Amino acid sequence: MLEIKNLKAVVENKEILKGLTLSIKPGEIHAIMGPNGSGKSTLSNILSGKKGYEISGEIQFENSNLLDLEIEERAHKGIFLAFQYPIEIPGVNTNNFLKTSLNSIRKARGQKELDAIEFLKLIKEKATQLNFDQKILSRQLNVGFSGGEKKKNEILQMSILDPKLAILDETDSGLDIDALKIVSEGVNKLKNGKNSFLIITHYQRLLNYIKPDYVHVLKDGKIIRTGNFDLAIELEKKGYQSL
Amino acid sequence: MREKQIENLKDYKYGFTTDIENIRAPKGLNEDVIKFISNIKKEPKWMLEWRLKAFKRLKNLKEPNWQKPKYPKINYQDLYYYSAPKSASEKPKSLDELDPKLLETYNKLGIPLQEQKRLNGIAVDAVFDSVSVATTFKEKLTKQGIIFCSISEAIQKYPDLVKKYIGSVIPITDHYFATLNSAVFTDGSFVYIPENVKCPMELSTYFRINASETGQFERTLIIADKGSYVSYLEGCTAPMRDENQLHAANVELVALENAEIKYSTVQNWYPGDKDGKGGIYNFVTKRGLCKGKNSKISWTQVETGSAITWKYPSCILQGDNSVGEFYSIAITNNHQKADTGTKMIHIGKNTKSKIISKGISAGFADNTYRGLVDIFPKAEKARNFTQCDSLLMGNKCGAHTIPYIKNRNADSKIEHEATTSKISEDQLYYCQQRGLNSEDAISLIVNGFCKEVLQQLPMEFAVEAQKLVSISLEGSVG
Repeated sequence: MLEIKNLKAVVENKEILKGLTLSIKPGEIHAIMGPNGSGKSTLSNILSGKKGYEISGEIQFENSNLLDLEIEERAHKGIFLAFQYPIEIPGVNTNNFLKTSLNSIRKARGQKELDAIEFLKLIKEKATQLNFDQKILSRQLNVGFSGGEKKKNEILQMSILDPKLAILDETDSGLDIDALKIVSEGVNKLKNGKNSFLIITHYQRLLNYIKPDYVHVLKDGKIIRTGNFDLAIELEKKGYQSL
Repeated sequence: MREKQIENLKDYKYGFTTDIENIRAPKGLNEDVIKFISNIKKEPKWMLEWRLKAFKRLKNLKEPNWQKPKYPKINYQDLYYYSAPKSASEKPKSLDELDPKLLETYNKLGIPLQEQKRLNGIAVDAVFDSVSVATTFKEKLTKQGIIFCSISEAIQKYPDLVKKYIGSVIPITDHYFATLNSAVFTDGSFVYIPENVKCPMELSTYFRINASETGQFERTLIIADKGSYVSYLEGCTAPMRDENQLHAANVELVALENAEIKYSTVQNWYPGDKDGKGGIYNFVTKRGLCKGKNSKISWTQVETGSAITWKYPSCILQGDNSVGEFYSIAITNNHQKADTGTKMIHIGKNTKSKIISKGISAGFADNTYRGLVDIFPKAEKARNFTQCDSLLMGNKCGAHTIPYIKNRNADSKIEHEATTSKISEDQLYYCQQRGLNSEDAISLIVNGFCKEVLQQLPMEFAVEAQKLVSISLEGSVG
């Protein structure tokens, strides 16, 4: 599904990624762990198409060269990024935003756009499934949301948009244990064997709830080790210094 | 219709012209032209005298020049002050008699006048250049004693009401453009809501400038008698022309005891082309008088058109406990300029005012909020809340906020908040990651920014206004 080969990224004359290679197959869950400044967020930004990086290397997503695509075209192809810091947009109703978002993607894929009633039905179903309070949907997008609410909102958006590849950028940061459980249960419910997840995190604790197939350690712009869940446990005990 | 022009309408879809035979006053501004206008409208003598008095006064006045947007000197002798479709010179008795070309024009503008196609729940007065060509739902309104007609008709049929109130809010001596309007005004709407009547439908006037080298001097007068309510909306469009055309309107509102007037404007005059050529000079005087106790006047404006918008819809809060509100969205793109805001004059006790202004600048545009809050010594416990937000798109445009506050009563309370922001890269990125293209993302963010004002509009127009907001900013993403 996703093939990253020798990816290098420079921002303001500083090389952040220094030749990263990663392959994700359909249905797999990959976790990327690493210390601060190792390039984790840069990776998620580049995958979703954020501007401002000088990039070399290759990224193949399904049958397209991802680096040729605009941000929204990548979203249309099924890439979703759950933001580490979801952005506030004052005056924009969360429900409307989600509907606009879903219909933009459906339209780009040549699918019928949902009308208000169909959409409400879908969102009600998803919110119930994820055990989320629907009240946040009638509020302005992320405005005045608590850290937990913002992250839950990201997961709800993810479930509505039903991506092929979901990237979770430090979704666990700033969450208390209850919110962490709800968020990770949400992710587990969305798994269907075809969609893939790339989970970026500092800590092992999220991985206790979302069991990854592979754990990669990103340090200094490169993946320096790959293993299974045991690697995450080892890191938690010994820290990144040991590597 | 001129096919070629219609093809070029991608940016401003109302830019077509209607080929229609006109009756015009001779070019220029002088007593004879004023007499011509008064005569063709069959006005009573007092009206002509009033106009001539204003004209006499005008000779001693100078055009103001304190505004931020400057413009080349207007040659007032080189304009036509009256232009009307020949077919409308005798106002048709019914719509069946209306020139099909006019019907077609309004259909194209999305304002059907024919009985079967009319907008539900909205009565329309259609003003074409210098005359009102049709007013819908008249009979239905008449049953409740509501008068909704052109000001020309009102001057003939209801002279006492007109005489009593015209110039009572904007005196003929007020300032250059208001005085000019008083001398040469051609048409506009007149509304009277009798005591304790809640007007059952939205009243609206649709102003269309068609003829070239013509100024439009509309005059609107709305009177809400004791305990009554009315919601009124005006819309404006004009053809695309290389010349700048002057629109200098006067709008007067009078709310008596316990009455409420809600006045909404969706202004979409031709803004000029991308290089700033052509477009309307929209120099308008709008003022409302909360004359009686507990009265309320609320202005809502969505200003997206015009080369220059220069206006301050204001409230004189004379009655105790009266309320004035001003909700504004001013969007300037390309080379458009706006200097707009409001004046809230607190005279009575316990008077309250609220100002919410949203200015958006893109391209090379310049947008100024200018407002006055004036609390008189006897306006005990007066309150004002002002919020001015500016949004900048790109780095070649400007936004300015100039609030004047005069407070002569220690008991009063005035709050002012102002923000200036840019659409952040992060907001765009977030929206695009969710599948929206950049144009849609900007439209969503801007509509969110304007929401407080948009939701003040009558529902029928809110959707239209939202679209207009998006269209006005199309192509502004760099």
